[in-house]
Amino acid sequence: MSETDPAARAVPVATVAIEDDRLVLGGDWTVVTAAGIRRELARLEAGKLPAVIDARGIRRLDTAGALVLERLCSGLARGGGEPTLLGLQPLQAELLARVRELRAGRSPLRVPGVSPLVLLGQGLLDGLVELQSLVHFLGEITLRMGWLMLHPGRIRWRALFTDLYEAGVGAVGIVGLISFLMGIVIAYQGAVQLRVYGANIYVADLVGLSMVRELSPLLTAIIVAGRTGSAYAAQIGTMQVTEEVAALKTIGILPLDVLVLPKLLSLFIALPLLVIFADVLGVLGGMVMSKVILGLGFEPFLNRLHEALSLRSYLIGVLKSPIFALIIAVVGCFQGFCVQGGAEAVGRHTTLSVVQSIFLVIIADAAFSILFSWLGI
Amino acid sequence: MGENDSEILVELEGVVTRFGDVVVHEGVDLSVRRGEILALVGGSGSGKTTLLQEMVLLRTPDAGRVRLFGTDVEHLDEKGRMALRRRFGVLFQQGALFSSMRIRDNVAVPLREHTRLDPAFIGELADLKLMQAGLDVAAGLKYPRELSGGMIKRASLARAMALDPELLFLDEPTSGLDPVSAGAFDELVLRLRRWMGLTLVMVTHDLDSMWRVADRVAVLGDRRIVAVGRMEELSRMDHPAVRVYFEGPRARAARPAGT
Repeated sequence: MSETDPAARAVPVATVAIEDDRLVLGGDWTVVTAAGIRRELARLEAGKLPAVIDARGIRRLDTAGALVLERLCSGLARGGGEPTLLGLQPLQAELLARVRELRAGRSPLRVPGVSPLVLLGQGLLDGLVELQSLVHFLGEITLRMGWLMLHPGRIRWRALFTDLYEAGVGAVGIVGLISFLMGIVIAYQGAVQLRVYGANIYVADLVGLSMVRELSPLLTAIIVAGRTGSAYAAQIGTMQVTEEVAALKTIGILPLDVLVLPKLLSLFIALPLLVIFADVLGVLGGMVMSKVILGLGFEPFLNRLHEALSLRSYLIGVLKSPIFALIIAVVGCFQGFCVQGGAEAVGRHTTLSVVQSIFLVIIADAAFSILFSWLGI
Repeated sequence: MGENDSEILVELEGVVTRFGDVVVHEGVDLSVRRGEILALVGGSGSGKTTLLQEMVLLRTPDAGRVRLFGTDVEHLDEKGRMALRRRFGVLFQQGALFSSMRIRDNVAVPLREHTRLDPAFIGELADLKLMQAGLDVAAGLKYPRELSGGMIKRASLARAMALDPELLFLDEPTSGLDPVSAGAFDELVLRLRRWMGLTLVMVTHDLDSMWRVADRVAVLGDRRIVAVGRMEELSRMDHPAVRVYFEGPRARAARPAGT
């Protein structure tokens, strides 16, 4: 054999023809030519196919070719005339016999269809079961947390500090940038309106209150949910797939101790700190923007801010964030432990963790607003 | 290649592989003839799987030549590589079935991608492949995560054979299987070779497979192929990398009587 370029290799060809009341087959009956053969046979079948098949010309026969041939034979048999197959080489005949045998044992199966009603019910039940296991998970965490408070020596400090660094220090850049930009946006939108009334100085009220009380806790929580909550779900989920979680259990380490509680505690500490940082950067952004478009100096801005922003408003903003932290950490870890099966489940649950924690954070924020207005704070 | 030997399907010549400063292969020469079953063996970390990756165009060696079906793959464009890929199948160590698809759809992927057959015919052909690989049709409706290790290997073999390749690469086909399943898998490989005229290259640790299935065994050691031949021939060699397959209780137990 000489060296040939694969593209220049002779293209496999199969032939089908009717000669003297015989169906004469030839060439390569392979997966490459099968589609063409089937088209050709369909065309010939419009007339009547002879029952004698001359297969001497078949050079190569693979499983796909054998299946085409077998379908042809069984089609002829159903049409009444018992087909006669001539001239297959022994190995080809063996392959055909094997295909025939396998095909006889095959009971065609359909993927069972499911009615939408069943899907709805199934979805509802799955949701309830998930809710139940979430409550179960929460209970476990609470008990273990209480136990740890009594035995602080058992806290995994190393894991806690690593997580604190990852979730806190690692998020400083993105949280700062987004808050700064948010401050700019609010100051700009406010300035346009306030200028009409000559009430330029109130831009400090607008930026200060909206950032500190609502926006920076919410924005920081959303960023952390996307950045850290998803990482928790993916990490625990992957460990679940690779049986690392099971290994921890057999070694006698509670997965809760090393995987969940350090994350929970570290986020509980890190998120309020990040919110304070976001407050500062948000106000700074507002100040810069006020200076640029309203010509309002930093000093009058800060003086006004001092009057407008009560300590209470500030604390409300900062103290909401530990609750958000709990939501994000619990949902992230919970979704991680929900992973079953393979890699694809990790992706699904990671997405779910982000969607659910953002959703729950916003619900919680709304609940706080209602609570505070009811209390008149 | 004008000798009287049968056609050479895979040929490695002076293959060198490096990972950073670590030299894994230092001039590997190996050829696989049409119709034979070649077992590639060697200790852990000897670079068997890496060599396999180089044969199946997943890795380019740092030096040396790889020829598949007589074509030097080094200067081949993507189109030429695709044409070659269609002529061989690969069974990965962990099966590598697509986890988001049912088994039957896994087998149908190459058929849908590379042929213009209608879906019904593809479905039947996929079922046939599964049955050839020793699975029943019902297993085709399952997802990979619902299958046992042995079934995953079989399903993966069915996918590797979907396009009736001339050449099949198997990466540790019997690892992780119980002895009975491993034996059944060996039988399956031999039967498939007989029906389809397959050529097989298998990376293996399994002494039973080496004795029962392989026509020739290539031993990788000291960063090159230290011996190639039938097991009986290898049994007379002195190289330490070869001796491990004949000494020790496991090797003696696997050895057929009278050799």
